[in-house]
Amino acid sequence: MSKINEISTPPPAHDFSKLEQILNRYPREEASLIMILQDIQDEYRYLPCDVLIETAKALNLPKSTVFSVGTFYKAFSLQPMGRHNIKVCMGTACHVRGAVMVLEAFQRELGLEHTGTTEDLEFTLETVNCVGACGMAPVVVIDEKYHGEVQPDRVKKMIKKGGK
Amino acid sequence: MVFQSVEQLIARKKELEAIRNKVKRRIVVCAGTGCVAAGSLEVYDELTKQLKEANFEISTDLMSCAHRNGSTHFVSPSGCHGYCQMGPLLQVEPDDILYMQVKPKDVGGIIATLQGKQPPDTKLLYKDPHTGAIQKGRNEINFYAKQERIALKNCGFIDPESLEDYLANGGYNGLIKALSLSGKEIVDIVTKSGLRGRGGAGFSTGKKWQSALQAKAEPKYVLCNGDEGDPGAFMDRSIMEGDPFKVLEGMTIGAWALQSQRGYIYVRKEYPLAVKRLQKAINELEKAGLLGDNILGTGFSFKVTISRGGGAFVCGESTALMRSIEGKVGEPRAKYTRSVIKGLYDCPTVLNNVETWACVPLILENGWEWFASKGTKTSTGTKAFSLVGKVKNTGLVEVPMGTTLRQIIFDIGGGIIGDRPFKAVQTGGPSGGCLPEQLLDLPVDFDTLTANGSMMGSGGMIVMDCRNCMVDIAKYFVHFLLEESCGKCTPCREGLRQLHYLVTLVTEGKGDENTIKQIERVCHAMKEGSLCSLGKDAPNPVLSTLKYFREEWLQHIQEKKCVAGVCRALITYWINPEKCTGCLICGRACPQGAIIGEKQKPHRIDPAKCDKCGVCYTVCPERFSAVEIH
Repeated sequence: MSKINEISTPPPAHDFSKLEQILNRYPREEASLIMILQDIQDEYRYLPCDVLIETAKALNLPKSTVFSVGTFYKAFSLQPMGRHNIKVCMGTACHVRGAVMVLEAFQRELGLEHTGTTEDLEFTLETVNCVGACGMAPVVVIDEKYHGEVQPDRVKKMIKKGGK
Repeated sequence: MVFQSVEQLIARKKELEAIRNKVKRRIVVCAGTGCVAAGSLEVYDELTKQLKEANFEISTDLMSCAHRNGSTHFVSPSGCHGYCQMGPLLQVEPDDILYMQVKPKDVGGIIATLQGKQPPDTKLLYKDPHTGAIQKGRNEINFYAKQERIALKNCGFIDPESLEDYLANGGYNGLIKALSLSGKEIVDIVTKSGLRGRGGAGFSTGKKWQSALQAKAEPKYVLCNGDEGDPGAFMDRSIMEGDPFKVLEGMTIGAWALQSQRGYIYVRKEYPLAVKRLQKAINELEKAGLLGDNILGTGFSFKVTISRGGGAFVCGESTALMRSIEGKVGEPRAKYTRSVIKGLYDCPTVLNNVETWACVPLILENGWEWFASKGTKTSTGTKAFSLVGKVKNTGLVEVPMGTTLRQIIFDIGGGIIGDRPFKAVQTGGPSGGCLPEQLLDLPVDFDTLTANGSMMGSGGMIVMDCRNCMVDIAKYFVHFLLEESCGKCTPCREGLRQLHYLVTLVTEGKGDENTIKQIERVCHAMKEGSLCSLGKDAPNPVLSTLKYFREEWLQHIQEKKCVAGVCRALITYWINPEKCTGCLICGRACPQGAIIGEKQKPHRIDPAKCDKCGVCYTVCPERFSAVEIH
């Protein structure tokens, strides 16, 4: 629900040439929408409002359809994401091996109450429901790199390394 | 090359098999997600570098072994070997040596062994924790020796990015057989094999195909569910990453039987490597004429597209998955008409799970009798499980159906970490349940697990010990589903909210006698009224823990105690002054600065500052174990 409020923030103007490249990768039909949004998310690090409106036009879809898909799936964010992405796995295997403590350590170190992005846009902290690397639980993925058997006291170092 | 006919493919397979047999040694380095994280790619690079320096004749792809004369070492990365905890893994065939936790600096020693200069370094070999005996290969190591691998057969043996390697190892024998049969004959074989859906519900695959075969509407779609959403399960990821061609071969057989021309594989966004490997496999197969138009000159065309999921658990549900492939919001619909009749774009659709598709080529190749002879009468074949949690040997395990939980957890898994007492095993993901010690001798098959309040699910098996609180586990799953419920139907959306509120009361010590009754009422309402199985099965973790661990629930309510030491409102941390040596480790680690004490003098926790984060408990060295939970 909270995502709906985010839509009303005034959108900054964005470079649409990148969007054009993304749109050209797929057939211009509704079935491509999720993959196009994933590519937009990768390119702009979030789903900017104006880019979504442009996407709706290009696919000949109502804006409401594009926004409802954009707010339904966890992979998408309507808020700018940090330069570094930290995913703490909260799958069952990680949970029973202490993922909650690992998450709290990240929250403490980054000064975040829950998950989200730091004010300097340096880090985004997210939780994921299982990355499928359960053999090395608890797992944290920082910028696509997997870290296994993470203990809370290792977190400070991990953030320092990620920030470089 | 493009294969124009079945005969051409068979001839090529013979060539490739001959090349494979010429290879002197096969060395594979695991490149599954777990091993890569542990540094296996660095090991691979170091290995190829040093082999060249030591003047070994090596090739990194099967084709370049062709021109050599039986002295080549074929070195390649592979998919997941399944023993993730021991990664990076390096396997040498035919010597049957499995090196574990290999670091780049160990490569020199491994090469010296290859040269016959020294026996394998025992530090890199498996040591049986009970007997201390060194076990050098898969045939000796309990973790592997007690498994029977069908779906995972190629994982860890072949190069997942090489079609040649797949063809040289039995690849496409299933399709070759299938192309000589009619659709009805194929469906008959699959039905007789007794294959049931490996994704969770365990519906007969043959029956599903039969309905789709009879459906009149066109076109028909063939889908693969790679949205392995159950937390704690990663069999499908390993198959997609380790043996992508087999999944695609299975789908092609299904498409041929149903005369479908379009297929989709729906893969979770969290599995980027699986997407990459599958896409590469599709491209190779299209180039070879094994996918696309006029496959093997038969006139049959089949095209497969990957659809990447958006990170929603509910999209593992069949109708939600289909909506998501259409580019829509992934909400399930009521199944008055089943999706084999009206599925993707309202057309007849067969949707099977990754592991199910991976079994199909082998059933065609070896016959239904072979498959049906394994497992139990109602659950045939084998099943892959991801054995994780508080068990010594974590990883992927494939065993015949009907194997007992005890055999899986204690014989293959090696028992509980630190030899602590076993408490429960959770199967079936968020829709499953927790089974206690007295049910350890239960044979694992679809029907037995369901009859005991859990379910097979996709095959996650999470082992818990005395330090896991069952109320906390119930709360964990309710919270998980609360976040993942799509919100379309009221019983699921509101039921989970209430359930979460009530279970939280218990974990905070605020529950009373009525709380459990209320919880049970909400559970029954959800079971009756929810639209899809996400909501219908959501109460399972709560109900199964209430059934088998009621004592623990009552302790939380009546005595306000959490014996496992997990529920924070009910515990306090305390430093035992007799055990504490004053090493300062916990004091430095405490984020609240709540630990008082000088060097070499017993420390003490200031209860006013302590927020019970538990960091002191985890950092206190095991030889002291001075931090205690009360």
